[in-house]
Amino acid sequence: MNPHYTVAQVMQQVLLALIPGIAVMLWFFGWGVITNLVLASLFALTFEALMLYMRKRPLQPFLTDYSALLTACLLALALPPYAPWWLIAVGMLFAIVLAKHLYGGLGYNPFNPAMIGYAALLVSFPLEMTLWPSASGGFGVLDLGSTLSKVFGSGLSNWDAYTHATALDSMKIGLNLHQTPSQLMQTEGMGLIGSQGWEWVNLAFLVGGAWMLYKRVITWHIPIAVLLGLTLLATLFWLYSPNHYPNPLFHLLSGATMLGAFFIATDPVTASTTPLGKVIFGLGIGGLVYVIRTWGGYPDAIAFAVIVMNMAVPLLDSYTQPRVYGRKRSL
Amino acid sequence: MSQTWPLPVGLKLADYHKSISNQQPTQAIIPTQGEHLIIPLLQHSGAKPHLEIALGDYVYKGQLLAKPQGNISAGVHASTSGTIVAIEPHVIAHNSGLADLCVVLEADGKDDWGNTRLPRLDYQQTDLKTLVNRVRECGVVGLGGAVFPTDVKLNVRQPVTTLILNGAECEPYITCDDRLMREHAAEIIAGAQIILHMIQAEQCLIGIEDNKPEAISAMQQAVSAIADKRFEVVTIPTIYPSGGKKQLTYILTGKEVPSGGRGGDAGALCINVGTTRSVYQAIVQGEPLIHRYVTVSGEAIKQAGNFEVPLGLPMSRLIAAAQGSTISEPWLTMGGSMMPLPLVSPQIPVVKATNCLLVRPPPNTEVVMPCIRCGRCAEVCPVSLLPQQLYWYARSKEMEQVERYHLFDCIECGCCSYVCPSHIPLVDYYRFAKAEIKAQRDTRHKAEVARTRHEFRQERIERVQREKAEKLAKHKTALKEQESSSKEGTAETDAKKAAIQAALERAKAKKAQQANTTSSSTEGSA
Ligand code: SF4
Ligand code: SF4
Repeated sequence: MNPHYTVAQVMQQVLLALIPGIAVMLWFFGWGVITNLVLASLFALTFEALMLYMRKRPLQPFLTDYSALLTACLLALALPPYAPWWLIAVGMLFAIVLAKHLYGGLGYNPFNPAMIGYAALLVSFPLEMTLWPSASGGFGVLDLGSTLSKVFGSGLSNWDAYTHATALDSMKIGLNLHQTPSQLMQTEGMGLIGSQGWEWVNLAFLVGGAWMLYKRVITWHIPIAVLLGLTLLATLFWLYSPNHYPNPLFHLLSGATMLGAFFIATDPVTASTTPLGKVIFGLGIGGLVYVIRTWGGYPDAIAFAVIVMNMAVPLLDSYTQPRVYGRKRSL
Repeated sequence: MSQTWPLPVGLKLADYHKSISNQQPTQAIIPTQGEHLIIPLLQHSGAKPHLEIALGDYVYKGQLLAKPQGNISAGVHASTSGTIVAIEPHVIAHNSGLADLCVVLEADGKDDWGNTRLPRLDYQQTDLKTLVNRVRECGVVGLGGAVFPTDVKLNVRQPVTTLILNGAECEPYITCDDRLMREHAAEIIAGAQIILHMIQAEQCLIGIEDNKPEAISAMQQAVSAIADKRFEVVTIPTIYPSGGKKQLTYILTGKEVPSGGRGGDAGALCINVGTTRSVYQAIVQGEPLIHRYVTVSGEAIKQAGNFEVPLGLPMSRLIAAAQGSTISEPWLTMGGSMMPLPLVSPQIPVVKATNCLLVRPPPNTEVVMPCIRCGRCAEVCPVSLLPQQLYWYARSKEMEQVERYHLFDCIECGCCSYVCPSHIPLVDYYRFAKAEIKAQRDTRHKAEVARTRHEFRQERIERVQREKAEKLAKHKTALKEQESSSKEGTAETDAKKAAIQAALERAKAKKAQQANTTSSSTEGSA
């Protein structure tokens, strides 16, 4: 009922739960997913060790707590596959050094480190950050050799041929050009209900998330609230004008929705901790994701939504204390 | 079967370790000749009782050693016959680990009651005051662990409809109430009848967790034997901490004891089954509380079991009674594994609060990681506190915040520490913070007292000075008045004075005349 985990075990379980999502991403995008994961993990552990050493903290318990590894994986999965090594290094620098250790290390960081890394990269290197390879299926677009040369700098002259605006991008651009969502769904890069390939990626992360719920690694509050917040707004606008707004399923199954809802927003350190606080925190993220995707300047919105809601956490926690046994509800 | 209200949360502990100790019947331990019993004077929450014996006295079993003092207090009695060989501080089982005043009794091995047993009281023919006083004199306190003097509870301020007998015993390892219910169900029920009479309650619900089927059937039999309609044995699910009195009250009645309130405030009084038996022994048998059931268990004990132990017996003797420890330096704690109280020495005596002695291998110190705010602690807290916030503020000593997060509603059940993936000893922080806040309040109170005392003194000095000054002033005016009054005088003296005055005047005039003549003559001469 209430399994007895250690910190390392909690992180391990989350990592395990990522596997279905990673496998599907691998199928659609190929080696680039692996290089992202490996490089991010290496950089994360290096920075973590370095910071622990500089802060005179014991290395062993913290290096084996899997928290740095988890941050690495989350950022790696949010980055476009085949990202150049330096991009990943800079991202991990932001995540581990700036967002985590400068605030006091594990447990003390107010912001989700992976998302700080992502946001910093998106603002600094918008071009590299939006070069997503098209989801081709059949284990990706490049062989291992080309992958390595792409990642380690010699580049690929014809890389543009492999990349593609993501479905969220095309949807937004198309809508701005007064096309209807149903027209846009016919275009290249779109899948059956969401964007091509991404539907499956999202479903796979959903499976991992459900498994975590089952294992009670996370509670339902945050993921369900995130999905609910997003669905509510999306449904509202879609019902109001189906010609201007894509249907809620499109939103649920595109981009990093499920990864965000189950794996990123649920980062315990930076999320609200009271039941009601978690629900509000999740609803806020879901709502912001919709707003930023629809009217904001960035295609995917999980990072910014999470960071904004991280800021609200202290307030949420303090004003959503549960009613204590034998007391009247008090604020 | 009456309704039960499930606890909103709580722990289903996978392994309760109960079967290690609940298999054999309870063995009574009788102190042998020469054995030393260390009996602390303060074994309850409240005021220290007043010592009634002196060094070298011979005492009979059950003889009063210390008499209750103040409103909340309980008597202490000799748990066997023998000689008082010392009255001195001794380390006792307490959070602080500090020494406290104890009476050391050297047993003579006769275990002789003498004629210390009090006369039997027929509770139906006795007034409440006498009954309450008997309970108090007999040193009956809550045996569930809180050791609150029972007479205070029975002297109810408001009508209580329900008496709850606490047979839940939810802590791992502990089985003393389980055995007690199996072995003395009739006495427990008889005690409950006395209590029902005293507090004028209408019904008695006996809450027992479903992992104690033998105890349940024993109690059911005892109830059907007396054919008393007011009694009902209620089987409740085994969930930790169902045995907390507030939790059990909720489970059985659906009502919450208000924060900071007493059980009676929810219309129910919750009393441990062991305490109930002590009430029976005090009223009917005239015997004070001088022994109790104690579970001796743990992975490092050879033959775990339950013992009826005279109070004051050192823990080492209990270990010996259980065939000794399997390791050389076991880790001794009092209470169950969820809220253990570490014992610094095996010479610490059994007190009224001792329900269990655990003899275990020293815990492997797990690395304490930082709090990752995972909220697991909050998920399991039966009081719906936010343990992680309490921890955060307790650590940074922000006591105001700690209180804002309702620290004093924490029942120290240990659920939060149990589930914490970072292995943070959360409850230790809460105990510390509570002690800290109490100490602060104490010093504040003392400062307040000192201040008022100082002000009072200052005022007194000022008043004395003022009074002196006023007296002086009065004196002065009185003198002045006297003066002026002596000037004015009474009519009589006035006349006299006037006459004198007139005479003087005349004399003056005469003189003046003479002087005038002489002066004129001298003037002329000048
Ligand atoms: S269970 Fe432990 S780590 Fe998790 S929030 Fe509570 S105190 Fe922090
Ligand atoms: S020890 Fe206190 S804070 Fe922890 S679970 Fe029990 S009541 Fe809640």
